[in-house]
Amino acid sequence: MEITGIFKYLYELLQSTGLPQVLVDIIALASAAVMIFGVLAVIALFLVWWERKVSAHIQQRFGPMRTGWHGWRQTIADAVKLLQKEDITPSTVDRPVFFWAPVIAFVAAFMVYVTIPFGDGLIVSDLNIGILFIIAITTFTIISLLMAGWGSNNKYALLGGMRSAAQVVSYEVPMVVSVLAVIVFAGSLSMVDIVQSQAKIYKWYFFRLPFGPIAFFTYIIAATAETNRTPFDLPEAEQELVAGFNVEYSGMKFAMFFLAEFVNMFTVSAIGATLFFGGWQGPLLPSWVWFLVKTFALVFVLMWFRWTYPRLRVDQLMEFSWKFLLPVSFANLILAGWMKYSGWFNW
Amino acid sequence: MAFGFIKTVFTAFPKGFYTTLKHLFKKPVTFQYPRVRIEMTPRYRGKHYLEVYDDGTERCVCCGLCAAACPADAIYMEPAETEKGERHAKIYEINLLRCIFCGFCEEACPEEAIFLGHEYEFSDDNRDSFIYTKEQMLANRPKEKPFKRIIRKVRRIF
Repeated sequence: MEITGIFKYLYELLQSTGLPQVLVDIIALASAAVMIFGVLAVIALFLVWWERKVSAHIQQRFGPMRTGWHGWRQTIADAVKLLQKEDITPSTVDRPVFFWAPVIAFVAAFMVYVTIPFGDGLIVSDLNIGILFIIAITTFTIISLLMAGWGSNNKYALLGGMRSAAQVVSYEVPMVVSVLAVIVFAGSLSMVDIVQSQAKIYKWYFFRLPFGPIAFFTYIIAATAETNRTPFDLPEAEQELVAGFNVEYSGMKFAMFFLAEFVNMFTVSAIGATLFFGGWQGPLLPSWVWFLVKTFALVFVLMWFRWTYPRLRVDQLMEFSWKFLLPVSFANLILAGWMKYSGWFNW
Repeated sequence: MAFGFIKTVFTAFPKGFYTTLKHLFKKPVTFQYPRVRIEMTPRYRGKHYLEVYDDGTERCVCCGLCAAACPADAIYMEPAETEKGERHAKIYEINLLRCIFCGFCEEACPEEAIFLGHEYEFSDDNRDSFIYTKEQMLANRPKEKPFKRIIRKVRRIF
């Protein structure tokens, strides 16, 4: 079952209709966008359900059980409900900012998937600056959070937005530096090249001792903070800020934030799987299955992380980023460079 | 910060992860309530019932001790006599909205007539239906062996 073949066939079919090449490309890219959107929407819905189940079982509860087998239809029902709800815009908000914040969050969350390889050849565009593009786009999230916080005209939302800005800026640095360690070793910014340089399991960057595991752990911690998940969920700390930046949002707009959050979670796991665990490389099964298996394993690690540790204080959060994570990842980057150019461990 | 923190990373952090993972595979402690119900302890004090003799006549003689013992003043009763001249309750009502399910009535009863059963689901939408009559209490007798009477006997010995 090779998906790339089907896509190639459809593309050639489209070309054979005699349309101009520009139009063919536009149609092909638009259908790819729609396809990725559909797949990710389903994945996000699944992740919401899965998160609820994992958290429930960690706390020895059942979680959703009533709708379907172990409640698998619950998130579908919730999504339909959110779409049907009245779209309330409070009278005192800054209207354009309030409106565009969830849109930016949503678009940024999905735009990353341009350069994420879902499988062998299953990539929309193999940019030669793939990982740089991803890092640049994920930073958009912070703008949307700030806009939501500012536009809501609500002190809790503003506090949440400000906190998230401080947090994401701080954790962006160690994340990029730990990714850089991998880039140094791979010698390329292209996601496909990075995956292809990990053809065998002992070539996975996670197993390149000693720099690999350190880079992975700094990456996954910083990524957790990036996606505003517990223990770094200060922007939406329920107990102190009600819900943080999205207090004033309801219905469709809230659903967009929520969906973007879970897509972001999938994104950081996908990047982690691609950079450290060989992406779609693997025996027997089709490449996209390997990609999904690795990514969902990392998603599970993120959930596990969330339901194990309590939230940090703001000062602890900043201290952890600047005084621990950043020096460690920098030292690791230097170590990786030394390993690469000394030729040691360079199997 | 550094060394103490690194020590924490390698000891306390994995311990926390191990704890949550262990709980992930444990059986949940919650019950899927309407489908699965937990068994009440034998002494559980739920909705009342009136016990009868083996031949089917009521044990209650309408002595009024339960009403006297009732701290919530929930029991109302009127006595009457049968053709054989036996005293029994003509009206025996418990206001379930007043009742606090303390179990004093079953302790006060000299005839081992009234007991508090295991039933706990009796919500309704009007106050009148919470007046719990003698017929309902007789009908509410549990089919299985009356644990409560055995407990009662043991307690009377000591």
